[in-house]
Amino acid sequence: MSPVARLNVLKVGGLLLVFAVALALPALAPDPATTNIAVFTMMYVGLATAWNIMGGYTGYISLGHAGFFGFGSYCLGLLLAHLGTAAGYAPFMLVPLAGLATAILAFAVGWFALRTRAATFVIVTIAFMFMLQLLAENLVGLTGGGGGLSFPVPPWSGDYFNTPYYYAMLVLALVGLGTSWLIRHSKFGLGLLAIRDDEDKALAVGVPTPAFKLTAFIVSAALVGMIGGVYGYYVTYIYPQFVVDPLIGISMVLMVFLGGLGTITGPVLGALILEPAQLWLAYNYGASRLYLVLYAAVFLVVILVLPRGIVPSASDFLARWRAKAAASAPAATRQ
Amino acid sequence: MTLVLEAAILGVLTGGVYALMASGLTLIFGVMRIINVGHGALVVLGAYLSFAVTRSIGIDPFLTLFITMPVMFLLGLVLQTVFIRPLKTDREALSVLVTYALALGIEGILGYIFTTNYVQLKGWYETTSFPVGSFRIAYVYVFGFVLCLAILGAMFFVLYRTTFGSSIRATMLNRTAAQLVGIDVDRVSAVAFGIGMATAAAGGVVFGITTAFNPGSHYDLISRLLTIIVLGGLGSMRGAIVAALIMLVSEDITSVVVSPVWASFVFFVILVVVLLVRPQGLYGVRVRDRL
Repeated sequence: MSPVARLNVLKVGGLLLVFAVALALPALAPDPATTNIAVFTMMYVGLATAWNIMGGYTGYISLGHAGFFGFGSYCLGLLLAHLGTAAGYAPFMLVPLAGLATAILAFAVGWFALRTRAATFVIVTIAFMFMLQLLAENLVGLTGGGGGLSFPVPPWSGDYFNTPYYYAMLVLALVGLGTSWLIRHSKFGLGLLAIRDDEDKALAVGVPTPAFKLTAFIVSAALVGMIGGVYGYYVTYIYPQFVVDPLIGISMVLMVFLGGLGTITGPVLGALILEPAQLWLAYNYGASRLYLVLYAAVFLVVILVLPRGIVPSASDFLARWRAKAAASAPAATRQ
Repeated sequence: MTLVLEAAILGVLTGGVYALMASGLTLIFGVMRIINVGHGALVVLGAYLSFAVTRSIGIDPFLTLFITMPVMFLLGLVLQTVFIRPLKTDREALSVLVTYALALGIEGILGYIFTTNYVQLKGWYETTSFPVGSFRIAYVYVFGFVLCLAILGAMFFVLYRTTFGSSIRATMLNRTAAQLVGIDVDRVSAVAFGIGMATAAAGGVVFGITTAFNPGSHYDLISRLLTIIVLGGLGSMRGAIVAALIMLVSEDITSVVVSPVWASFVFFVILVVVLLVRPQGLYGVRVRDRL
């Protein structure tokens, strides 16, 4: 078998293995403490993957995705409250509606935010997030303001409670990954990468940059909104500062940077590493504010040591290693 | 009508403070092309430093600046050298993450030392006021405004009347060209970051006297400061000052005309409107290629 074919077999086998473990996880480790971590980790796999569609492919760094997260959460909560949906599996069916609403919001926000570039875009997305937080707080009649919004509490108990949420997060993460893969392997994805490398030249060679950017932004935001909806239903009670949380927004960005900006597997890897670490820090040091310091330290180490992320660094290393092996191979046959 | 006038005057006075904080932020952006998301945390850090000094040796909050501004300046040199300078590639995006991490770290350390309870700096001028026509204005706003004007004046003097100021402006205009004519860009960057932090300390004192704060207060501050520098045009000091005055005056007027809870919302509305008309901000230069 040629090395390339062997590598592909390894890749597909590895993916299947990871998928099987992800699928069987609630059965393998049914205690609620573990499945709770699994729900949040899977949530961040989805969030990082969704963020990467905009941030990684087009190079537009949005720090405001926590706004879409919170918006999706509020959408689902309000839908459930106004439709009087009973707790159980039915609320999951309404998650796509929350995604649709978030997509509409993203269209409006993206329409003006994407007129700006680079640094200005980053700041506009931050401003958008705080604006949304303020709205959630001030529109008391609609959102309940600072008093928060309650979701119906499902009747599941004990070991089973986390499982449906875990699978919901898994489905959304897979949808995200599938979308990311399709985009990466399409002409649309090529256009996005061209925008990242040089937007003006991309426009000059005929990439419809405004439409492409906006589409990527909407897709990315809609996924984040749906995940936010499931999150709200999981925690059953949300209030503005808690669900439109800048820390959620920055966490997904950091995960993408750790794994590798613009890669498909990078965000997944970043989330699998960082979220359990973050939960562990919060659990052990959350009482004192030290956990923020420790998280900041992790943050700084990641960026200063691995500015390009794990996946690009690793594939570079692999390529160099393969080139070396190829260079020494002919010498070996001559002996 | 008097209420509106009073709000407008207060807006100008507090606008001066925000102008100082925002010009430090825009200076840092201009010189280093980094977005210092941690600037709000630096202001809060400055306020806490003053708080600690007044508590331990009992001097007036404004006088603590003689201690806190040099300390913050030196800290700025260190932070820039350790955390910002190593960023070589993809500076703009990575700097956001690094400075965000700095903000989290500062928030965590302050929370650990001072707890998350709200505190406020105290001075006689905070509650004493003098009459202006039919209303009264607390002395602290005037003192803060004068202080900020003085520091802004000093900053402009350094920038436009000294050789080192020319190096800073040259670096802001074109980093590579500045390097080519022999400017030590790394040193300029470190000093600019130090200046930015020193102005944050000064802003922090006025902020700390006029508002109760806790380690988490930086989120609110940074969203305002970033909005101001985008409105003014990134890297433009004049823009930052004008934008700060516009923002704070409209905020204070909204507060009395509509309702205090909607006051901060005006910030974002103005930002959206300006970006629709002028994406580069009031004094900004249109970015054609990536900065």
